[in-house]
Amino acid sequence: MPSPAGPPDAMQNTQQTASAEYVTVTVGTQLFGLPIARVQDVFVLSQITRVPLAPDDIAGVINLRGRIVTAIDLRRRLGLASDSGRTQMAVGIESDGESYGLAIDAVGEVLTLDVETAEPVPVNLDDRLRRVASGVHRLEHGLLVVLDVDKLLDLKPSELAA
Amino acid sequence: MDELLRDFLTETHESLDTVDSELVRFEQEPNNSEILANIFRLVHTIKGTCGFLSLPRLAALTHAAESLIGRFRDGLPVSQSAVSLILTTLDRIKDILDALEQRQGEPAGSDEDLIAQLDAMAQELAAPGATHSSGKLVYQVLERPLKPGEATLDELERAFRETPGPAPAQPGLESGKPAERADAKVVSQSIRVNVETLEHLMTMVSELVLTRNQLMELARRQTETAFKLPLQRLSHVTAELQEGVMKTRMQPIGNAWQKLPRLVRDLSAELGKQIELEMQGAETELDRQVLDMIKDPLTHMVRNSADHGIEFPAERRAAGKPERGTIRLSARHEGGHIVIEVADDGRGLNSRKIRAKALTSGLASESELDKMTDAQLQRFIFVRGMSTADAVTNISGRGVGMDVVQSNIDQIGGTIDVKSVPEQGTVFTIKIPLTLAIVSALIVEAAGERFAMPQVAVMELVRVRGDGEHRVERIKDTPVLRLRNKLLPLIFLRKFLRLGDPAEQEGENGFVVVSQVGAECFGIVVDRVFHTEEIVVKPLASKLRHIHAFSGNTILGDGAVIMILDPNGIAAAFGSVRAGGIAHETAAGEENRTADRNTTALLVFRAGSNAPRAVPLSLVTRLEEIDVRSIEVTGGRHVMQYRGHLMPLICPGDCVRIKESGSQPLLVFSDGERSMALVVDQIVDIVEEAFDIEVSDGRAGILGSAIVKGEATDIVDVGHYLPIAFADWLGSSTPQRVRPRLLLVDDSAFFRNVLAPVLRAAGYAVTTASSGHEAFGLIRSGRVFDLIVSDLQMPGMDGLALARALRSDRKTAQTPLIALSSMTTPEMIQRVRDAGFHDFVAKFDRQGLIAAIKEQADAVASRAA
Repeated sequence: MPSPAGPPDAMQNTQQTASAEYVTVTVGTQLFGLPIARVQDVFVLSQITRVPLAPDDIAGVINLRGRIVTAIDLRRRLGLASDSGRTQMAVGIESDGESYGLAIDAVGEVLTLDVETAEPVPVNLDDRLRRVASGVHRLEHGLLVVLDVDKLLDLKPSELAA
Repeated sequence: MDELLRDFLTETHESLDTVDSELVRFEQEPNNSEILANIFRLVHTIKGTCGFLSLPRLAALTHAAESLIGRFRDGLPVSQSAVSLILTTLDRIKDILDALEQRQGEPAGSDEDLIAQLDAMAQELAAPGATHSSGKLVYQVLERPLKPGEATLDELERAFRETPGPAPAQPGLESGKPAERADAKVVSQSIRVNVETLEHLMTMVSELVLTRNQLMELARRQTETAFKLPLQRLSHVTAELQEGVMKTRMQPIGNAWQKLPRLVRDLSAELGKQIELEMQGAETELDRQVLDMIKDPLTHMVRNSADHGIEFPAERRAAGKPERGTIRLSARHEGGHIVIEVADDGRGLNSRKIRAKALTSGLASESELDKMTDAQLQRFIFVRGMSTADAVTNISGRGVGMDVVQSNIDQIGGTIDVKSVPEQGTVFTIKIPLTLAIVSALIVEAAGERFAMPQVAVMELVRVRGDGEHRVERIKDTPVLRLRNKLLPLIFLRKFLRLGDPAEQEGENGFVVVSQVGAECFGIVVDRVFHTEEIVVKPLASKLRHIHAFSGNTILGDGAVIMILDPNGIAAAFGSVRAGGIAHETAAGEENRTADRNTTALLVFRAGSNAPRAVPLSLVTRLEEIDVRSIEVTGGRHVMQYRGHLMPLICPGDCVRIKESGSQPLLVFSDGERSMALVVDQIVDIVEEAFDIEVSDGRAGILGSAIVKGEATDIVDVGHYLPIAFADWLGSSTPQRVRPRLLLVDDSAFFRNVLAPVLRAAGYAVTTASSGHEAFGLIRSGRVFDLIVSDLQMPGMDGLALARALRSDRKTAQTPLIALSSMTTPEMIQRVRDAGFHDFVAKFDRQGLIAAIKEQADAVASRAA
């Protein structure tokens, strides 16, 4: 039983209750979880308009029911190789009054995960991934990386073009 | 809330704001009776309304204030304390109004303190004409209990005292009445509309526009349909409706500035500084919503300027500045945006302090900070918690300021930037999209992607084809378009946005969108041009706002999202100094040469033939006539002893022969200890001529030819002969690779050709540039120079602009800069130094130039040591 004063990363997860719900998504071969409270909707990404001179992580902008939404290429953001040409799905999230779409490969189910299966982020994890991950859960078949939505959207100034 | 009360509150707030600024104006112009009458009338109206609505506290306060104002009319001197008192009273009134709004009734409390002060001040120095009623007060007592409805004698007495009696002079009221009647007429022509109603109207119109766009798109695809005509009519009507609704929302920015004069006045007094507020462009209109959102940021910035920017009078005096600091607000429309500037002439931002604070706050590492320019460091002030104020004052310095300002401006889709020069001041520039609404845009395509260009920025459209009437021409590698009499600098959109195949970035065919930013025209080359569409401008997402190429994005009639180009952002790509870059040349030729080149002293001579030749007199050190017997021959060369050294004699051309006997005229060119002489047959004349030289490339030793005194004259290239003389004789003592790299910038080929060899002979590795723009381009592309020598008068980017550009770039900030010019007025010298030049040499002073260069080079060497 992990002690309450456990690993520091787990403590920082503000969603720390006995169990929490996550929307699961697949990017590449890895399963990720997004806190359900932050997820507005899920939709098919069709017709992304590229934005020239934008940071690499930004796939472009899309028309979502009359609103212009910024699409973020989660593959790039997490440091995985880009896979263009596939029809992608996106998870809609909102932050600071603006709408974003996280471009992912596939959407899975909503899982309820207990704190018992939670682990801190491994120290040998890739830099890009480590910055946006807030924890890992042990599942029956595989591991799920919990993503911190705010950190995902926080593109550092150095990554923005001058 | 009571309808009546609500109206009262709105109106009174507005009136109070007006009185505020009018009072500040009045304080500066105490003899302006019009302002005074205005103030009096407004306060009087407020008082009347308060009485009518049974608001005794307010009524009493306004009455006392009105009395004091009335005294001004009687001739009471307008003192700062009097005005301050009235302003304080107005503040108290505003407080009561706020409480009134919340509780629907006046709050309990007494204003005796203020009223007493107001009365006391009014009584002071009361005009001699005022009369005091005198008489004995007889103590009267009613000898029976009060009946219901009766008041005690005391109460009556008090009521009698407090009721305002007839004012001694009534001229103000008389003039007030006709003004009010005139007002009434004006008032009935405008009505108050709820903001929400307008919002709703605006949203509906936007939807209408979008739907119309969709219909137009569909109709376009059908060739003949009955829909077309009604659709056109609909389109027209929609456009007019849209325009009309937009007008309802536009307000002059002066409305946001209204409270600022009073604020600055109060701050000046509070801080003990002298600050003047200038406002320009107050009539510039912008959307009401936007106006509301910038009120606070503007106020904050003005406070900051007053608190941190403007120095105390003593400090300013010591710095040689006028004691009065100035804060300047300005607003103007520019290319679909409204540009607002808040500038002060104070002490500027302290880059070192910002850097230190950034370091301690952990915002950046030491190495990252080292790489930043001053401009980049200054932008740190927009980060939360970055106050560098030593003491947190009441006004600002709590460190929550500029980041909130930036986010406010972000929310309306605007940008803010700062430029500061230490000791001189700071300028904040805010750019806000004109409307959160609809504009007309031209749809263009580059590399298969579509973009929208605001119609207001499109001057013209020109089709270019490799073989057509208009084509893309190049000066070196710079693309330009010849349009009527002008040369237009071009930028290829696909290249600018880094789209498509890099190999095909600059094609020959396409369309040029001619645009104008400020005073300059330029052309944007695109692949295709579609139609014009009315688009709803949506501000860029926060993560995209830093891309200057775009001012927003929109959804087209077919549902696609496209980016809206910002001509300002594109123009900025022409270099950090927004200059024409390419001279606007007429077909007639370079007529606008500056005065210093119009006349030059030329030494005309003959050598080898009867055809006259000439050389600029200032290059010649001395004219000599020597006895041929002093000429010796050594190693096949003619030399002679000259001032303690051996001087080579060069014949400028094969036909030139040294005389057999007698005296031989020589043109002596000296450089320090080295001298060389050109053998000539005869010195003809010295003339002062305006000459236009036609540079020829061909004959060695000849720069070109010109008409001198009516005759075609070859201009001798002295530079050609110097290395011949010295290389042969003394050898180049400086090995090639340690030669200091010198950049020579001059738009005249003649002077470049004259000076470059001279400088090379002096031991420098010389690179030439024919314009400030080219020079800057060289440096930008990575070339490093130890020294830069530049002409001042050049078309496009002149010497001063070049210097400023170089100074602002960290890499070149320390490079010695020398200016060449013929204008040596003290003002000119000052301007030259201000721009960043280290030294200033007259154009033809060859020796002076070499001395100056040497001095700078030594200085650099000793600094490095």
